[in-house]
Amino acid sequence: MKQFDYVRPATVAEAVAAAAQPGAVYLAAGTNLLDLMKGGVSRPDRLVDVTHLGGLDQIETLADGSLRIGALVSNADLAHDANFAKSYPAVAEALLSGASAQLRNAATVGGNLLQRTRCAYFYDTASRCNKREAGSGCDAREGENRTHAVLGWSESCIATHPSDFCVPLVALDAVVEIEGKTGRREIALEELHRLPGNTPERDSALEAGDLIVAVRLPPAARGFATHARYLKVRERTSYAFAVVSAAAALRIENGKVAEARLALGGVAAKPWRARAAEDVLKGVAPTADAFQEAAWRALTDAKPSGDNAYKIELARRIVVRALTLAAAGTPARIPALPASPFASTSGAIHA
Amino acid sequence: MPELNLTSAPAHLRHGSSIGQPLTRRDGVLKVKGQATYAADNHPPGMLFAVMAVSSIARGRVTSLDVAAAKGHPGVVDVMTPDHKPELAIDPEIKTNPFVFRMEVLQSDEVRYANQPIAVVIAETLEAATEGAALLAPRYEVLPALVGLDAGESFVPPVVGVGNPTENHLGDVEAGLAAAEKQIDAIYETPPQYHNAMEPHAIVAAWDGDRLQIDMPTQGLMLSLARVAELFGIAHDKIHIRSPFLGGGFGSKGLMSGPPTLGIMAAKLVGRPVKLVLRREQMYGPVGHRAPTRQRLRIGADGEGRLTALDHHARTVSSTFDDFYEPAADASHTLYAAPAIRTAHDAVRVNTGTPLFMRAPGEATGSIALESAIDEMAWACGIDPLAFRLKNYAEVEPITGKPFSSKALRACYEQGAARFGWSKRSLQPRQMRDDAGLLVGWGMGTATFPALMFQAEARAVLRRDGSGAMEIGAHDMGQGAWTALAQIAADELGLDIDRVEFKAGSSDLPDAGIAGGSAHTATAGAAIHSAGAAVIAKLADFATTDERSPLFGAGNAGVIARDGRLIRRDDESRGESYVEILARAGVAEVEARGTGAPNPAAMEEYAMHAHGAVFAEVKVDPELGQIRVTRMVGAFAAGRIVNPHLVKSQLFGGMIWGMSFALHEEAITDRRSGRIMNANLGEYHIPVNADVPPLDVITVEEHDPHVNALGIKGVGEIGITGSAGAVANAVWHATGVRVRRFPIKIEELLTQR
Repeated sequence: MKQFDYVRPATVAEAVAAAAQPGAVYLAAGTNLLDLMKGGVSRPDRLVDVTHLGGLDQIETLADGSLRIGALVSNADLAHDANFAKSYPAVAEALLSGASAQLRNAATVGGNLLQRTRCAYFYDTASRCNKREAGSGCDAREGENRTHAVLGWSESCIATHPSDFCVPLVALDAVVEIEGKTGRREIALEELHRLPGNTPERDSALEAGDLIVAVRLPPAARGFATHARYLKVRERTSYAFAVVSAAAALRIENGKVAEARLALGGVAAKPWRARAAEDVLKGVAPTADAFQEAAWRALTDAKPSGDNAYKIELARRIVVRALTLAAAGTPARIPALPASPFASTSGAIHA
Repeated sequence: MPELNLTSAPAHLRHGSSIGQPLTRRDGVLKVKGQATYAADNHPPGMLFAVMAVSSIARGRVTSLDVAAAKGHPGVVDVMTPDHKPELAIDPEIKTNPFVFRMEVLQSDEVRYANQPIAVVIAETLEAATEGAALLAPRYEVLPALVGLDAGESFVPPVVGVGNPTENHLGDVEAGLAAAEKQIDAIYETPPQYHNAMEPHAIVAAWDGDRLQIDMPTQGLMLSLARVAELFGIAHDKIHIRSPFLGGGFGSKGLMSGPPTLGIMAAKLVGRPVKLVLRREQMYGPVGHRAPTRQRLRIGADGEGRLTALDHHARTVSSTFDDFYEPAADASHTLYAAPAIRTAHDAVRVNTGTPLFMRAPGEATGSIALESAIDEMAWACGIDPLAFRLKNYAEVEPITGKPFSSKALRACYEQGAARFGWSKRSLQPRQMRDDAGLLVGWGMGTATFPALMFQAEARAVLRRDGSGAMEIGAHDMGQGAWTALAQIAADELGLDIDRVEFKAGSSDLPDAGIAGGSAHTATAGAAIHSAGAAVIAKLADFATTDERSPLFGAGNAGVIARDGRLIRRDDESRGESYVEILARAGVAEVEARGTGAPNPAAMEEYAMHAHGAVFAEVKVDPELGQIRVTRMVGAFAAGRIVNPHLVKSQLFGGMIWGMSFALHEEAITDRRSGRIMNANLGEYHIPVNADVPPLDVITVEEHDPHVNALGIKGVGEIGITGSAGAVANAVWHATGVRVRRFPIKIEELLTQR
């Protein structure tokens, strides 16, 4: 393994200063970074270990009703926080559908947001990859690409963002708090991840040294608690990334959809908010026809990037199903197979 | 027909109660506590770490390696390359026997597949060796890679599997097809698969002058030892291999491969002990795999649903430099009573490591195609798949006409179907739904695997303190040899299992052959059986010829060995303990050797196979196409069951492999580069716990007096066969969509709602 410096700053300010130099990266749980380093995909000169920074592992409700989640809260702790799961059930369900129990125990909220794509050509250092090495080319475009992007891709890159967690977060207008060289700022999570365009090497809007310190869910996000689901189709029941996933959240008043939120995972380089589909649903009854219409609107711009045309049809069907499940109401407890189409048939009753 | 009853009336019987008992594995506590020493757990003093650099191209030549950069890295001790390596005693390209496969041990700069070793970096730490390997930054002259089942001109190999004829014929297939009322003509494809044992291939090698100490997981201690002796030009007795535990082998640790050989070379080069452990992705190349196949099945049936012809052709691949051909079509030789059968193979050469034995080689690939095709034919005839199989039940082995040494398949069908509730199945597909609206499908497959025997030897000892020992260089790959073979040893010695010191897993013990072909318990067990008989006979001689013994004169009547005593067969009140006999004889111990081997006369007379029937239920989301297996029942008849607990676990494992074959496993090869794009356990999908449904295994009673002295057929591989087809057929029954390319993928089921 390449030699690297390891620093463990005492404060956020020290961390930002230590990570601002070229070749430095933040280390949280390392569930993705260490694999990338062992595979020679990432060869940092300096690891800035943020796991010991104080104050970043809290889940707090703010005065205005927002929920603030520290960047070092583990995926497992967040998902199993009873109040959190009750208020934001689709987010908890998404968390529990990701990775494996061991990984969820380690992985952090901030790290989850910044995990890299699972495109095999990104991981395979013998292949050309514009994301790994700017301008080198994309071997996925004509390669084995049945799981690649169908939305927002470019000739430079057809990779997808693998996070489950981010999908309902984007649907619920989550905000990311960032500490950087010029102090604290915040951006919408939807603006954090970038589509590839001609610069797929840049995954996110973060600048050198930027540290995500928290994710915030606005007060309105609670309003969907009774009708919110995450649905994930994958090639095995656990420890597999989504082929396609969807988060659907509805606010239903007097038999009509007062407000809808919809986002897709596994289809683009970012969690894909489907606002046009949301607009279709506003003010209408939550019917199968309405959901079909929403599904078509959500995928209007989709096109295959390879052997993956099926993902477009699959995504439409997942949207319909996720909306249907959301309309039916959030179950009292998260199913034993979270986010699975088989949730109701596993025999066990809860996670 | 002569009755070759191998267990009839030996002069002395041994009687115990270990065989048949569901003992928990005796090494279980060690493993749970992390105290079982696997090869890579060994750290002899002064040990260095070796890391292989492997090729990123699949075909061409290495033109440069930056050895200086690697050597300049702190901690790097040496870099082994084609120009700087210990010479071997023989050219590794020479195949000295049929069980020698060509390996890449830096004999040239040629690259013949991706992940081929091209250099070895030896360093004080694993991290330094790893970085040294990265710093070599190889350059290549690249040639276009040969990839896939259509990579080039096909040819007919001289043999398939281990010396099987490439083609077999029975009757007139074309006439049978022409006369058929119903015909099926279908093509099935199976992907390349990799063994993916939990424990990667590893070696710790230490030279002491011309003596060589090796810690290495192996399924074939003596075959490996002989190959090492040959490669390094040293005598067998200078080499000691320890392999007490394997973290799975599945065929990939059967024969000596390149990487451990490189470990031994590295130790020789630097004059210090060296450890070399493969990274997960390095297991996708130099240590074998299951080759992909494309199988065409043409089947004919008459108006009654009786087969008129069965034509099974398999295309497979081998490497560009060696020969192993997955004998997939041979699966059609034994199961169904077609009057005309033709099986044939052809192949193309691709840039891959040589395919090798992988758990049920040929049987697994052939079974999923054959069982799918039989299911298709049953549907074409409008007959229930089980009724169709019973209608075509083979009373003799179809391809040879030989009687079976035993065949309780009918009982397997009956018991499995009853347990599963098969009679409630709808004939039409896409008829069954659960309460949640999911499609439900039921499918079945017939399981079969040959009952093989190899050669083995064992040494038995009885001691004056009343204890015994059984020594055999057997292999525990996780299947439970430490337990099952010790149970046999205890019975053969007439001692409680706790009074028997059972020694295995070391090359200084008698040769146990290879743990493969599902034949290890049968082969090693037969050797233990005969060694036990021999040592009891010697002990009995002391007693029956000594007039001071209560057993004096019992030589003709014979004695029974039980609970540490010999007892007169015709008068159980007369007996004497081993302790007394040996004390009076004035010897510290008595020892004897015995062998286990196939019986050519019995093999000539009988077809010997284990059988089974597997029933599977799947649920499929009608819109989303996601599949989940929800229930499996397997009923297997495999002769004598030494340890029902371990055997069930073996069969569970096989059934999970079958389900994995149908739904999950596939090495995804880039069609341009020939590189495997999912060479890790995150993306090479095998079932996780959440995928595995409740499994039910029935072991059907079966007495087989012909296969070997103990009547054991073996259960290591049969569980995969039948299971894969059962799951695939259940998917069809659930959806009405017949998928013929495995694993079955979501997109195949999105075609209709």
